[in-house]
Amino acid sequence: MTAATTTGLVSYEDAVRRYDPVLGIEVHVELGTRTKMFCAAEVEFGGEPNTQVTPVSLGLPGALPVVNGKAVEYAIRIGLALNCTIAESCRFARKNYFYPDVPKNFQTSQYDEPIAYDGWLDVELEDGTVFRVEIERAHMEEDAGKNTHVGGSTGRIHGAEYSLVDYNRAGIPLVEIVTRPIEGAGDRAPEVARAYVQTLRDIFRTLDVSEARMERGNVRADVNLSLRTSPDAPLGTRTETKNVNSFRSIERAVRYEVSRQAGVLDAGLPVIQETRHFHEEDGTTSPGRVKSDAEDYRYFPEPDLVPVAPSREWVEEIRAALPEMPVARRRRLQGEWGYADAEMRDVVNAGAVDLIEATVAAGTSAAGARKWWMGELARRAKQDEVTLEDLSVTPAQIAQLQALVESGRINDKIARQVLDGVLAGEGDPEAVVVARGLEVVSDDGALLTAIDEALAAQPDVVEKVRGGNQGPVGAIIGAVMKATKGQADAKRVRELVLDRIGQ
Amino acid sequence: MTNDITRLSASDLGSALARKELSSVEATQAHLDRIAAVDGDLHAFLHVSTQEALATAADVDAKRAAGEELHPLAGVPIAVKDVVVTKGLPTTAGSKILENWVPPYDATLVERLKGAGLPILGKTNMDEFAMGSSTEHSAFGNTKNPWDLDRIPGGSGGGSAAAVAGFEAPLAIGTDTGGSIRQPGAVTGTVGVKPTYGGVSRYGLIAMASSLDQAGPVTRTVLDAALLHELIGGHDPHDSTSIDEPVPGVVAAARQGATGDLKGVRVGVVTELAGEGYQAGVSARFDESLEQLRALGAEIVEVSCPSFRYALDAYYLIMPAEASSNLAKFDGMRFGLRVEPAEGPVTAERVMGATRGAGFGDEVKRRVILGTYALSAGYYDAYYGSAQKVRTLIQRDFAAAFAKADVLVSPTAPTTAFKFGEKLDDPLAMYLNDVATIPANLAGVPGMSLPNGLSDDGLPVGFQILAPAKADDRMYRVGAALEAALESRWGGPLLNKAPELKTTELAR
Repeated sequence: MTAATTTGLVSYEDAVRRYDPVLGIEVHVELGTRTKMFCAAEVEFGGEPNTQVTPVSLGLPGALPVVNGKAVEYAIRIGLALNCTIAESCRFARKNYFYPDVPKNFQTSQYDEPIAYDGWLDVELEDGTVFRVEIERAHMEEDAGKNTHVGGSTGRIHGAEYSLVDYNRAGIPLVEIVTRPIEGAGDRAPEVARAYVQTLRDIFRTLDVSEARMERGNVRADVNLSLRTSPDAPLGTRTETKNVNSFRSIERAVRYEVSRQAGVLDAGLPVIQETRHFHEEDGTTSPGRVKSDAEDYRYFPEPDLVPVAPSREWVEEIRAALPEMPVARRRRLQGEWGYADAEMRDVVNAGAVDLIEATVAAGTSAAGARKWWMGELARRAKQDEVTLEDLSVTPAQIAQLQALVESGRINDKIARQVLDGVLAGEGDPEAVVVARGLEVVSDDGALLTAIDEALAAQPDVVEKVRGGNQGPVGAIIGAVMKATKGQADAKRVRELVLDRIGQ
Repeated sequence: MTNDITRLSASDLGSALARKELSSVEATQAHLDRIAAVDGDLHAFLHVSTQEALATAADVDAKRAAGEELHPLAGVPIAVKDVVVTKGLPTTAGSKILENWVPPYDATLVERLKGAGLPILGKTNMDEFAMGSSTEHSAFGNTKNPWDLDRIPGGSGGGSAAAVAGFEAPLAIGTDTGGSIRQPGAVTGTVGVKPTYGGVSRYGLIAMASSLDQAGPVTRTVLDAALLHELIGGHDPHDSTSIDEPVPGVVAAARQGATGDLKGVRVGVVTELAGEGYQAGVSARFDESLEQLRALGAEIVEVSCPSFRYALDAYYLIMPAEASSNLAKFDGMRFGLRVEPAEGPVTAERVMGATRGAGFGDEVKRRVILGTYALSAGYYDAYYGSAQKVRTLIQRDFAAAFAKADVLVSPTAPTTAFKFGEKLDDPLAMYLNDVATIPANLAGVPGMSLPNGLSDDGLPVGFQILAPAKADDRMYRVGAALEAALESRWGGPLLNKAPELKTTELAR
């Protein structure tokens, strides 16, 4: 059994030359409803264990589920955004299996009647290529609780002395989105997988159905992968790599499985249909449950719930109220802002779309906003190893900063000092300028004093200029700028100097 | 005096309380005394909640003294089947696996009882998880039939029926998945009603089969059943299968029926629910009552429901399938019994296995195994799927029958109460007891059993009335009319013919 997993890895490039990878991705998203899928327990991240529970989410005898209408609405929103058909009527089913984090020992899920089905999603790759992923279904279900294994060295169940269960998460509404086999990605399969999940994440946020934070497990991806010798060959045996929880990991997991499965196939062995775990540390996967003797979940229609039958009027109302989807929005904004494709891609990859949009909305030109967010601010974010969003400066403040520059009250160099002040929490740019006394010296009187001092100190320069050589005038301007600590408008200083010398 | 109070109907007791002829504390105490005197023999109760009942009674008395407007049943004590969760009172469902479990919440129907001021006397015995027709499957001992202590009180709600028949309580709550309210009613000479599916909230009922379970009244008179039905019935947002409509006017229908006029009412006799397997005395009393209904002006018609012959088979697939899933939560992880394996590693899976092995009785295990099998991949279509089709056919049979008749009637159970142990080793014989009651559960239609005299063996038999879904009022009208006619013929309630129970001297 282990033979298949211990054969050598084939280099990724070699593997995709000889094999055609086929993906299938299941994404679970936790909906950001106020209460759980089937009861009124409040949902909030990070509560004390077992405080966000009711008899229903604890599976106490006698308790009955009631469908959360908001969760249905969110599921419909997701279905519509993924171009799915919304079922006129659909049912919940019970997925029966014994596990301590499943309070009723069955999960209430949708089985043969999902709320949304037959959709597609266009995914934009880094070079702008658009790849269409077909969606088989999106269905509603409830999350399980969370086990913590105590006493073992690894935090895993094996070797643990005891385990604790927190049911706060049990019953949180989930939507599971299942793709059809994703064919034709070829050597770009890892990128397609990553871009698909990333696009979904953006959509969840745009739809406001989830905080969609990967690191909190709001979005979890299971990646199925199989290889075949050519695009015409039948589908190969797939593995399912569970809970790959960052965009980078998705890409790595696909790459690794391609290399591993190619090694297995090269050795003339069958790929075993199994669940695999991804290891963040070294980017490998290892076998979990073997799926060929998969559990029999004894699905049957949930008798405690009546069918969910969203009226067509309601569905159309939801459709009409859908916000603009991220890809469409990016295309529109790129047009409005006049960015080149490469510029726009950098902005998207830097996570700066929202920030620039807000900055532009606050009155800055698109070029000005890009200059800040992709320049000075990107540099600082990189230096501090944080995201642009995490910098303690708002688009409104950047707009104000740029306005100060454009009005000539400060120059670019001073603007960076003002930004220091803003980031240090000294307030808005206006306030920082005043408090730090950084305003450009525009009082000619003050400037003339400094100019006269500089001219007196450098009579040779004055002579040369008077002799028609304007080259050395920069030395005078430099001295004035120094005397005014850089707060003078260099252009004005030049005019005044030339005027003073009598040119 | 004590004796007289316990023999009052709930309706009469409620009126006496309203007229302040006695207090709820007195009425409640009288019943608690009766329980203390006879329950040693009957064992109808698993838990008697003396203090809670008296506290509720005192509260009602105080409110009445203060002139508050109260429910007609305010202050009338009630017994609750132990499958219904009661906050702060032990709730076992007759199972070792829930021994000593005290629920942290009330079933919706219990909230309604409390809201109306009905003192809860205690929790009544039952077959484990309501699986059985004799209460012999209780993990906590047999309940006796007040008519003959060597005989079963029916099941699964034998405790509630015996409590009411033994004058320990004027009212009780039962649950009926395949006849567990009606069959005990028949064999103890009491009234039992299974309302339309969705008519009474299931929130807080420990589920056996979600699509079949229904709670309802267990009483001595049809009017009492109507009063209790109206109180516990009606929409509950905590139960998705609850009907979002007002309760049919069952009390008004019972009062109308009691006037004895059934002119224009078409009563359908179901061909398939008679004949072979029905005890001679049961059939004789049934035929006599048909004549009685005719005399009251009803038109008697024959109806055929050919799919009923598959009802038992379908029931014993659907019920265990749902039960196998509903009972999965009893695993020792969160509440109730927890048993660690005697040897080997203590893993969650092995604790679950050991707990379920030790906590469930044989009948429960039998049904869990049956249901697990019926839902298994590869068998689902043949078993669960086919059973659901039969269910649809039965619903069609009912629809066709109700096109010809306003109500349908049959004997409630094919025999009178059998002796303890008689059918314990023969599950199929036990299951056959519910042959006449099961179709109503499969179709979701309401059913009532009311006392229909004594068979040749001197034991009570029941008369079953079925009505279309959401037309529960029809069976109250017909039931009250028949009850009035029969009692006038018998010279009083059937229970007057029951033997006096031996009472234990009270040490108080």
